[in-house]
Amino acid sequence: MAAMDGAPTDRDLAAIGLLQDPVRRALYEHVVAAGGEVSRNQAAEAAGVGRGLAAFHLDKLVEVGLLEATFRRLSERRGPGAGRPAKLYRRAAGEVAASLPPRTYETAAHLLAETVEQTGADLELQAAARRAGVRAGRRQPREGGPAVERLLAARGYEPYRDGAALRLRNCPFANLSGEFPVLVCAMNLSLIEGLLEGVGEPPGRAVMDPAPGRCCVAITSKDNQD
Amino acid sequence: MATHHLAQVNIATLRYPLDGPELAGFVAQLEPINALADAAPGFVWRLQTEDGDATAIRPFDDERVMVNLSVWSSLETLRAFVYASRHLGVMRHRRAWFTRVADPYLALWWVPAGTIPTVAEAKRRLQVLASSGPTPAAFTFRDPFPEPAGASR
Repeated sequence: MAAMDGAPTDRDLAAIGLLQDPVRRALYEHVVAAGGEVSRNQAAEAAGVGRGLAAFHLDKLVEVGLLEATFRRLSERRGPGAGRPAKLYRRAAGEVAASLPPRTYETAAHLLAETVEQTGADLELQAAARRAGVRAGRRQPREGGPAVERLLAARGYEPYRDGAALRLRNCPFANLSGEFPVLVCAMNLSLIEGLLEGVGEPPGRAVMDPAPGRCCVAITSKDNQD
Repeated sequence: MATHHLAQVNIATLRYPLDGPELAGFVAQLEPINALADAAPGFVWRLQTEDGDATAIRPFDDERVMVNLSVWSSLETLRAFVYASRHLGVMRHRRAWFTRVADPYLALWWVPAGTIPTVAEAKRRLQVLASSGPTPAAFTFRDPFPEPAGASR
């Protein structure tokens, strides 16, 4: 379960090495930013390369576990003449992580979370997360666009606009929140409330709005403080 | 049609009286969250009195202990309601309202579709989980067991 529980595997190192190539990096980032399934043509166009080259690199990314491939018909047509299903790519669910020297923070995090859960120290954890968020928010430079969005992007949340709201495509705590959802999602919300407070925004803009395939927190345009 | 449904029981010990100011946030969420459950995909049944909730049911010697007992079509639908709906936001405040008591506070088990568990049965399942750990007779979200054989899905 924990991706980062020891020395990096050959596969992890191969995956990271693969992203050094600018074309592969561009293809990977396009698929990630799309937030769903992407066809070879779409990826090729976004990266500015030919379809054949894109296909070659996309399949390499599948091989090392950074992307997953599925086959699906894109048109409504069925039967003869419908054509064969298109190969579509999306980000793989698994994690790739490498730390040198080896660091096993994931193991430590699970043990600490288990202990907080056992002792019922949810509120203390939320208070610590809020303070950490405020500190990080205050350090964020004011220039260069919306501070919250840049801060969330830098912290790996992958924010994207959804109408007036800001949603977060990635849960930076995915393994931990899967095992301790109440504890960790509440910690995460407190952290983001703190980030908002730190950059001078109303903390009440952060709300719990869980849905499959994204972070449990959303940033609304208005203050929802109760 | 699945031949079995999933029963869940969880218990919580009130930190303060239910009608006091400390629990006002919890009480305010009872109706909307119960309505959310009733309309959730996979919801089958929940324990309730004529008040529409189960807060008046105190089946333990310690009368601060409240019980939540429900039946769902599958583990996935129950998990989606508990952890991936507005219910999650309410549980954020659980330690402001309830004390952390000894494990286990939640048990899951499969029941033949169409049957409804009793509170006595639910108490027994919690005891089984406490004494035997997760087994098909009583398990948890972290250590689930599949629907018994005979299922058609």
